[in-house]
Amino acid sequence: MIHAGCDVGSLTAKAVVLKEGSILDSLLIRAKADPVESADEVMKTLLSRLKLAMQDIDFMVSTGYGKDQVPFTNCCSRSEIVCHARGAWACHPSTRTVIDIGGQDAKVTRVDENGNVLSYRYNDKCASGTGRFLEVMSKALEIELEEMGEIVKKSTRKISLSNQCVIFAETEVISLVNEGVEIPDILAGLSRSLASRVAALARSVGTEPDVVFTGGVAKNSAVKHALARALNIDLLSPADMDPQVIGAYGAALLARELSESGQDLQEGTRKAS
Amino acid sequence: MSYVIGCDVGSLTSKAAVLKKRRFVSAAIIPSKAKPEVSAETVIKEALERAELSLKDVQYCVSTGYGREKVTMCDKTESEIECHARAVNWLFPSVRTLIDIGGQDCKAIRMNEQGKVVKVHANDKCASGTGRFLEVMASILNVDVSELGILSERATKKYTMSSVCTLWAQAEVIKRLNSGYAAADIAAAINNAMAIRAAILLNTVGIEEDVLVTGGVSKNAGVRADLEGIIGHRIKQSRNADLQLAGAMGAALIAQESIRQ
Repeated sequence: MIHAGCDVGSLTAKAVVLKEGSILDSLLIRAKADPVESADEVMKTLLSRLKLAMQDIDFMVSTGYGKDQVPFTNCCSRSEIVCHARGAWACHPSTRTVIDIGGQDAKVTRVDENGNVLSYRYNDKCASGTGRFLEVMSKALEIELEEMGEIVKKSTRKISLSNQCVIFAETEVISLVNEGVEIPDILAGLSRSLASRVAALARSVGTEPDVVFTGGVAKNSAVKHALARALNIDLLSPADMDPQVIGAYGAALLARELSESGQDLQEGTRKAS
Repeated sequence: MSYVIGCDVGSLTSKAAVLKKRRFVSAAIIPSKAKPEVSAETVIKEALERAELSLKDVQYCVSTGYGREKVTMCDKTESEIECHARAVNWLFPSVRTLIDIGGQDCKAIRMNEQGKVVKVHANDKCASGTGRFLEVMASILNVDVSELGILSERATKKYTMSSVCTLWAQAEVIKRLNSGYAAADIAAAINNAMAIRAAILLNTVGIEEDVLVTGGVSKNAGVRADLEGIIGHRIKQSRNADLQLAGAMGAALIAQESIRQ
């Protein structure tokens, strides 16, 4: 049996294909303007790499910001919260808390020993405290987002930024550069700023160990380090997997569960238009 | 020597007002420079020149605003809250609730009959709800921030912005523009979002009539009208005074009191 998960986010689209519950392959692409296009491209590219066709997929689950626009048959949508929880739990059955920082939001989810969601909190109202914060700052500093983690390692002096708001922090960062503050020190300060916002969110729901860190920002070692320090806990990364595809992995696992449970999948199933 | 000056060095604009006895003789508003002391020097010089005066004619000078501590040419500094309250009490003694919407912050101030400040609530943490929000939005609409009020008067369709955060609202406005929304309708929604944030701040200090808006955003009629609708109170209109100058005027009034003492 082939199952798939497709996570259509605001900035990227991810897909995972499972065969009998084991990962065959996964793919991440930049999102297109239209979520339908993003979903279509990420699925078709991944399937062609696996020499499979859409008809080979027994069932799939879509998630993410564009989950309800995914143009596939034999597909239903599930929330990102549930998918990330399931994906992280599958990687580490000891997972009790999942911290997911995406491009446009941040979520903290508590899960039980079976990977079911107990409670969650999220922020999608304020760009500060999401991946967007880093994206704006990396643009202002003309630094690739992927390089940030490495550059921060060169930081020698601890500075703290006085502004949380992305708009105000951007101005502050530019004036710090003009004052001659070293870029690694500024980036380290920005990592701590973002970490403190997400830590506040995490504290509001509680962080029972083990805590798994997922989403695109989880790849940033500086933020991961700062967040672990802010919460005074260890943060696990999903083993052998890109933390950014955890949502799609969880979606694929849910697809398998749903099809195996034999329940009527017509309800909530979207037909291709 | 009988002139006094109030100077308000803000994040986006710097203001100066020249006072002689009980009459303001001139004023100036300039975009702020990188250094607050340069902003202060430039705006004071401009205000004095307009009244054909020079620094020799100035007896006392009070500075306020975000960059006030760096203005060495002034005799004394005073908080923006005190200055705004002082000016408003002098201009309109009936005002009890005041909201100052500046370029980088927003303050709701309640005062008593004597003009004494009794309660303050400020937002300088989040760009949304400050003049900065309007400025970012105006640049997307490709108009000057001062034109947003006039532009919104031509609005025919009403809608509410779904994002609060300036960054998300930016994306929302671009999306709306691309999907064919009229700039006037978008401008009205932007002004409405600003008014909603201002109303939240006003409600936290409690509203008592009369209500007045000061600061640069007070010039935006669209924000004023929406704010009146949301809070359910009339907002006092100023016929003569430019309320963006309120901080500088208050500083000048405080300067005058300082020499009397």
